[in-house]
Amino acid sequence: MQHVSAVREPLVTGGKTYHDVTQDVCRQVEAKPNVRWMAALSVALFLFGVFLYSVYRTLWYGIGEWGLNKTVGWAWDITNFVWWVGIGHAGTLISAVLLLFRQKWRTSINRAAEAMTIFAVICAAMFPVLHMGRPWLAFWVLPFQNTFGSLWVNFNSPLLWDVFAISTYFSVSLVFWYTGLIPDFATIRDRAKGPIARRAYALLSFGWTGSAKHWSRYETVSLILAGVSTPLVLSVHTIVSMDFATSVVPGWHTTIFPPYFVAGAIFSGFAMVLTLMLITRVVFKLEDYITLEHIALMNKIMMITGSIVGVAYITEFFIAWYSQVEFEQYAFINRATGPYWWAYWSMMTCNVITPQLVWIRKVRYSIPLTFLLSIIVNIGMWFERFVIIVTSLHRDYLPSSWAMFSPTRIDVGIYLGTIGLFFTLFLLFAKFFPVINMAEVKSVLKYGVDNGPTYVAGHDHHASVQHSATPGVPASAPVNYNKHD
Amino acid sequence: MTKRFALGIFDDEDVLLHAIDNIRAAGVKIHDVFTPFPVHGIDDALGIERSRLPIAAFFFGLCGTSFALWMQIYMLGFDWPMIIGGKPHIALPAFIPVTFELTVLFCAWGMMITFFTICGLYPRWKVPVLDVRSTDDKFVMAIDLNNGAVDMNHLRQLLRDNGASEVNEKEMTQK
Repeated sequence: MQHVSAVREPLVTGGKTYHDVTQDVCRQVEAKPNVRWMAALSVALFLFGVFLYSVYRTLWYGIGEWGLNKTVGWAWDITNFVWWVGIGHAGTLISAVLLLFRQKWRTSINRAAEAMTIFAVICAAMFPVLHMGRPWLAFWVLPFQNTFGSLWVNFNSPLLWDVFAISTYFSVSLVFWYTGLIPDFATIRDRAKGPIARRAYALLSFGWTGSAKHWSRYETVSLILAGVSTPLVLSVHTIVSMDFATSVVPGWHTTIFPPYFVAGAIFSGFAMVLTLMLITRVVFKLEDYITLEHIALMNKIMMITGSIVGVAYITEFFIAWYSQVEFEQYAFINRATGPYWWAYWSMMTCNVITPQLVWIRKVRYSIPLTFLLSIIVNIGMWFERFVIIVTSLHRDYLPSSWAMFSPTRIDVGIYLGTIGLFFTLFLLFAKFFPVINMAEVKSVLKYGVDNGPTYVAGHDHHASVQHSATPGVPASAPVNYNKHD
Repeated sequence: MTKRFALGIFDDEDVLLHAIDNIRAAGVKIHDVFTPFPVHGIDDALGIERSRLPIAAFFFGLCGTSFALWMQIYMLGFDWPMIIGGKPHIALPAFIPVTFELTVLFCAWGMMITFFTICGLYPRWKVPVLDVRSTDDKFVMAIDLNNGAVDMNHLRQLLRDNGASEVNEKEMTQK
């Protein structure tokens, strides 16, 4: 299937055995919650409280609690929605696209990255639903035969495509993630001491035993799910970009939006993966699994996608000039020099200049610098969405209706609140679920390590195979590993 | 019904693969092998046929495509035709995104349900396993001892010679 060259760097350092992997990953699931985790969860829950309060204000007093006005009818809500959905994209990219490309290094980070996807999509969904004003009628976006006559939803609308794209993305990601979790739940179940833990993980593990036939099917299913998730992840942000691109608003009506948005999504997603992984590896002592090599590789992806985004920014400007459309030109000049110039230049600095530092090897392999860089990119990508949305809307075709947007406390509260919701979910995941895919990491443990079972306990048995006295097997039968590769 | 199994415990997957070849060559039928991770080449060694799941995936996808197209054409074209932006009632290009999403949705969920069904996986309180270490770091080869065709002493020797670090016997109640 694949040729493993001996010159490759090992993916997992520290000469781990299979049992070490189990121990290292199960440690925090089996241990009592520590003080640091409790402290982090308290902060996250506090922010979640802020979210609940802001949602209460929004629902009780209405959308007037937000800073929107007649001219800027979409601002923080959609900015945050696109920001969160974008963050989610890295998880699917790691678990699906890198699986198809046979990038074995993804095994250490795919579990946590995909959890990030699911939680980010949950956070994203809050914004359009709350923006409806009456979220209890959110099901009206679905095509159901309602009591007012058979009036259906408009399938020509990109906003409706978004409903289908986001909900499919969420449910398929959840299914993909859960399938991967089943073998690891079985591992925890079989190690569990207490009856409650054993039962709970037995329930979660769906009765997985690790039978060869089940593994064979499992691999087929993983490959198919990766195959369908790959175009799915590209379609999701394409459709998100069409929410803007199919309109006739200057600055939005651009054909480069789909690839530009997808690159931006992967860019911001990898920044968030790096932020989370750099914390996780230290807190859970997983430095041997999420190595500097992993960090450097993710930095490279961030740099490439960041550069694509940078090219897109410049292309937009060029096309505005080249099109000779007055309104289009004004939209872009207004972005760079108008009242929101600070947002535009924050975006340019954070997204175009910072990732270029990754060309320097020292930066790529430095943990503090990478952490700083990932935070800057997260901020920059938030500004990107803000710039695209608010600067295009606030000065429309009619100068008498030009307006400015400023967020209210409730706007800020909902945004910070979703960060609280995200970290609450992520911390619970990190405590009760295996943060690293044990089964997949075990399958790449020998990668880059000298071929053959030289470092595991099986060494002397290996010898006994060669000197086998079994009838029917030549005593000196050479062990041909390549046969199974 | 209680069944008796001989369990050969292996520490390494390469040793296991050779043992599977040799033990099958010696005429012993292997009931199943339990491994902590997917071992490449084990399907060929055990003679597990290539899964037909991809064919199922195609048809699940096809169901999604047909359903989505039918739904949109029926709803906007026949049940309640509306003029939207001066476009035709059945504006196929605008139906592509939803059709694609439903294709993926049907395929993914169809695959999962099929996978769980054919593997007999469902949530349950207790899971009988032959050796709990098979989800940690050991590779467990189970050989059925019920039909009496296999001599345990001979089997013990055979497994040992092929690199098993332990050979155990275990009874398990199966439904």
